[in-house]
Amino acid sequence: MVAEIGPSNIESAFLLEALKRGTRVDGRGIYDYRTLKISCGPTYGLAEVQLGQTRVLARVSCEVTRPFPDRPTEGIVLFNTELSSMAGFGLDSSRASTQEVAISRMVERVIKQSRAIDSEALCILAGEKVWTIRIDVHFLDHGGNLIDAASIAAIAALKHFRRPDVTIDGEEAIIHDVRERNPVPLSIHHTPICVTFGFFGASGDMLVLDPTLLEEQVQVSSFTITLNSHREICALNKAGGIPLSPDQIQRCTQVALAKVDEVNEKIQLALKASTA
Amino acid sequence: MASVKIVLPGDIIDTRREEDTTQQESNVEDEATVIRLGPGLVQSSEAVSAVTAGVLHSNSETNRWWVAGNKRRYVAAVGEPVVGVVVARHGEGYRVDIGSAHDALLSHLAFEGATKRNKPNLAVGTVVYGRVVVANSVMDPEIECYNSNTGKSEGYGELSEGFMFKCSLGLARRLIDTKAPVLAALGNGVPFEVAVGVNGRVWVNAGSVATTILVANAIRNSEYLDAKQCRQMVKELLEKQ
Repeated sequence: MVAEIGPSNIESAFLLEALKRGTRVDGRGIYDYRTLKISCGPTYGLAEVQLGQTRVLARVSCEVTRPFPDRPTEGIVLFNTELSSMAGFGLDSSRASTQEVAISRMVERVIKQSRAIDSEALCILAGEKVWTIRIDVHFLDHGGNLIDAASIAAIAALKHFRRPDVTIDGEEAIIHDVRERNPVPLSIHHTPICVTFGFFGASGDMLVLDPTLLEEQVQVSSFTITLNSHREICALNKAGGIPLSPDQIQRCTQVALAKVDEVNEKIQLALKASTA
Repeated sequence: MASVKIVLPGDIIDTRREEDTTQQESNVEDEATVIRLGPGLVQSSEAVSAVTAGVLHSNSETNRWWVAGNKRRYVAAVGEPVVGVVVARHGEGYRVDIGSAHDALLSHLAFEGATKRNKPNLAVGTVVYGRVVVANSVMDPEIECYNSNTGKSEGYGELSEGFMFKCSLGLARRLIDTKAPVLAALGNGVPFEVAVGVNGRVWVNAGSVATTILVANAIRNSEYLDAKQCRQMVKELLEKQ
């Protein structure tokens, strides 16, 4: 299998030349997202996100299991990503590359550690039965910026998902079939959205929002900030790359705040328009 | 009007035609017409089946059948022009990524005017325009950057400035046809050079960065537009500039 190769000389040179003049090779401004399309359904818990050429599919499912012994009143959230050769050249699903692991950990952290899902509400009978929610994210097409697309898909799928209704009768739990009683949504506290920036140039003075695949290959640093609609920072991620100054971080945060509101609106519209 | 027939991999193709039925009645024993299979079709014992998804085409004069599909993974075939990126240097030549499953080999001597003493010196990451000379399922593909019959480069060789982008194989094939509407419309508006590789890679060089970006985006956007829409799109892009 051909290993991941870097960009060619003329692609990187041209990209940096264009950035020095404030333009990007696909004609966008530096703070522009690519066209974002979110579609939910037809089944509950299925969301597909298209961010330019990047395509991600997230699927949420549930089942009743025993809880962890040290957390008897909390449900379990499992997270899984699949980055196969369908998504791009040189990618292989048999072994997870460092890039895939980094993306997977990032989105998992954003969903689980920011306590977006109320795990206590997933408890059915303490110590015996809880809901296990499983989120599977499939990367269908790698056009750059997988993290943002995956986080939008995962949170849209979670908000769209409906689990079977449960009635507790003393010591017994009756799980109603979806045809008898309407399924109920999960209890989602807030909607974390990741926003990724790429930095270029020797001192990282040129930055772009939502890098494409070529921009990701040429960038010297990458920074992801996760915000929700209550203007709270859920996570910051900067793994490696050249150091960034506090002003640059501030600038990114301001831009991200505006973008997160736009993305949230799109998610709301997609949930309303869903055919499920 | 013939209907468009879409086939999927695994579909058995019926190569008899309706116009032939009258002929069949009179020439019952002379049925041995030779059918030539083009890309996307294979023969397994008696049946012909499709291996690519796409539209089934046939040429009644040459009795050639093929499937015109659109995908993004390139399979090398002899004689096709491709745009590649040098990934490694060897004693014998270079290894070039052309987007196929295996990298292609490019000999040091496969350039115009190259001799053992006078070899070109390409760095890793250089973009080259070449022609496939060897392509089969058992060997690595090989490309050359000149016309080995005439010894001239004829446009092949290193591509040093400009920008390269990837597109689908179907769009690349349509661009190779020089009457492609988007290239004609752009040519009327701005001067530029273009090298199209059927492996889904296009190199563009116009005078300035902004013009190059405009040309590259116009070509990328033209995939699903017909001729009239292409001209309209190019006109709007040029006016905005």
